Amino acid sequence: ESTSPVVSPQQSPPTSPHTWRKHNRHPSGGNNERPLAGPGPFWAPFSEVQPGSSTSSDPIWSGHSPPPHQENWVSFADTPPTSALLAMHPASVQDQTTVRTVASATTTNEIRRQSSSYDDPWKITDEQRQYYVNQFKTIQPDLNGFIPGSAAKEFFTKSKLPILELSHIWELSDFDKDGALTLDEFCAAFHLVVARKNGYDLPEKLPESLMPKLIDLEDSTEVGEQTGEVGYSSSPAEAPPSKSPSMPSLNQTWPELNQSSEQWETFSERSSSSQTLTQFDSNIAPADPDTAIVHPVPIRMTPSKIHMQEMELKRTGSDHANPTSPLLVKPSDLPEENKMSSSVKFTAGNTVTDGYSSSDSYTSDPEQIGNAVTRQRSHSGTSPDNTAPPPPPPRPHASHSRSSSLDMNRSFSVTPGQQQAGVVAYPPAVPPRPQPSQGAGPHVHRPVDAEGLIAHTSTSPQQIPEQPNFADFSQFEAFAVSGVNKEEEDEIETHSEVLQVEKPSDSASSLRVAKADGRVEDKAPANVPTSAGKGTTPLAPPPKPIRRRLKSEDELRPEAEEHTQKTGVIAAVLASQPSIPRSVGKDKKAIQASIRRNKETNTVLARLNSELQQQLKDVLEERISLEVQLEQLRPFSHL
Amino acid sequence: QSVGFVLPPQNYPLYIRSVPTENELKFHYTVHTSLDVVDEKISAMGKALVDQRELYLGLLYPTEDYKVYGYVTNSKVKFVMVVDSSNTALRDNEIRSMFRKLHNSYTDIMCNPFYNPGDRIHSRAFDNMVNSMMMQVC
Repeated sequence: ESTSPVVSPQQSPPTSPHTWRKHNRHPSGGNNERPLAGPGPFWAPFSEVQPGSSTSSDPIWSGHSPPPHQENWVSFADTPPTSALLAMHPASVQDQTTVRTVASATTTNEIRRQSSSYDDPWKITDEQRQYYVNQFKTIQPDLNGFIPGSAAKEFFTKSKLPILELSHIWELSDFDKDGALTLDEFCAAFHLVVARKNGYDLPEKLPESLMPKLIDLEDSTEVGEQTGEVGYSSSPAEAPPSKSPSMPSLNQTWPELNQSSEQWETFSERSSSSQTLTQFDSNIAPADPDTAIVHPVPIRMTPSKIHMQEMELKRTGSDHANPTSPLLVKPSDLPEENKMSSSVKFTAGNTVTDGYSSSDSYTSDPEQIGNAVTRQRSHSGTSPDNTAPPPPPPRPHASHSRSSSLDMNRSFSVTPGQQQAGVVAYPPAVPPRPQPSQGAGPHVHRPVDAEGLIAHTSTSPQQIPEQPNFADFSQFEAFAVSGVNKEEEDEIETHSEVLQVEKPSDSASSLRVAKADGRVEDKAPANVPTSAGKGTTPLAPPPKPIRRRLKSEDELRPEAEEHTQKTGVIAAVLASQPSIPRSVGKDKKAIQASIRRNKETNTVLARLNSELQQQLKDVLEERISLEVQLEQLRPFSHL
Repeated sequence: QSVGFVLPPQNYPLYIRSVPTENELKFHYTVHTSLDVVDEKISAMGKALVDQRELYLGLLYPTEDYKVYGYVTNSKVKFVMVVDSSNTALRDNEIRSMFRKLHNSYTDIMCNPFYNPGDRIHSRAFDNMVNSMMMQVC
């Protein structure tokens, strides 16, 4: 037969044609036993549609189609009507009718096949299946085994279909996406290839009848198959299974005959593996620590808000990639402050809480840190200066404490009206201890030598942190004075004085002289212009700050003094505190009242502190600008 | 609006899909510029190469109202996704899941013996998956 080569045979070993031929013979005989079962109604539309739909059908194939034993193949054959085809039509119709009549008497299998194949051109007939199986065996003798992708690729490439289509066929048929074909997958792929060769467009989804058989095939499952294919008859040429539900769940069983249950089981295993595969995918829920950090964390708004902002401000420059590191850094700072606050309520609390009761805010620090991180992520890019300026690192607290002690001393000894010192712009001499002051040392020396106005400013900024602290502490002292515990004041005073007395030994003699003589004040006017140049706001207690601004080691000494005095004050306060309970042990209400007052003081001081911090910032900026000028002018000065 | 790109190590696109389709050129440009950042990140984390999760949030042109996300597989295949910033409903987890789906689909494509690595991706399944993802985003 010239038309012997079937589509598949073109790609496959020559044995196939024989098979087909054999099969072809049978239907011509109108064999009822043949599961021809081509229902008339199905046949008709098919024949009508087919000629119009077919495009690239293989003429050879079509020549073979009439003889095919099954309506599926016959349908393929419809395309180019050949005499044989026409001849077959009536024959097939007759067969169908006879078959139909017989069908009722046939086994459920045949009935099933009738009804199913009625609607499903994708159904693989037994003969086809047998053919496929044989082909499978040529590649993979073990029917339960796999055909590796490469072998399958070679095999199907012989069909001369475009790689694109073969790729798509593979996608459809490799059900478990493992890169290899089981027998069922292979049959499905083969069937799709055959269909494509005959002009059928490839479906978007694997037809149900081609689904790999997962579990048992039971006759009862036929019903499911039918329901899936009901709507098919409308457009056979199109991808019929597209109407069927998307790849049904792996548990659906599709009838395919003549397969040993073993294969089903193996396939079911594989299907279950694919199930696990998909489940695995869904289980990949990212538990990324990064995302965890990003998730909003409940925060305590009011007390910690400003604190958060401060943290945030500090972190805006930090590395996004390592959000945790700044976090870790910050908490370490805060706990320190916590400890400080616990011991020294007034100072540390003021700087951070910004007006809120200190201890409370600290307890929520970890939360705030987390919040700050989230805030950071959400606010990255926003302007840092939201409400309050960022608090300086703990260092200033230390200096704050020290300076406040000195301030205290000075306030008591020199200027009682220091209460408005919060507005002071001109900082006192920088103490040697604080870090900025370390830089101040050389600066101080320079001004001493050069006596340049500019040099003053270099020290002054360092003095600035002291000044506000002085103001704060002085204010505190003012409160304390007004408070109940006059004893504390006295103690503080005595302590400060004592410290002051001690300090002279450290400081240069000129310091004392400067203080006492008011030589400082002589220099004050000289410094005033520079201070004016700095542009800081004029502050209430000008004499004291101006005095402070004098550049010299002398001023550094007083800073140191003040610092130590402040610590002394703190110590005094601490010392006095234990005494308080003793004395008030008799009167708890007094204690509580004092506590309340202290808390109020804290609040006020905290507020003051925030303002002073802002001023500090401004002055620091000025300092920087002035230092730049200094650099510019230095060559001139040396001339 | 959203755009998805698949790029192999050689940095030419294997797959491009944008929804809607206007302004595609702008997205192409964006993705190409983002490739530099991708490469930089790849080289940076040489030690933890297994970490496939790369996120670009506001990385490129935050003013232009879209965000570019990147994802790199172990074989240096890059997926780049561009979404509107107006799409604030998109969370990090969703982006990650989308990339995961992309990766899985890409793996499926790779399993296909008829697919030569380096070919443009014509898989319909991949297309469907990407389309569904885009619809979900937009």
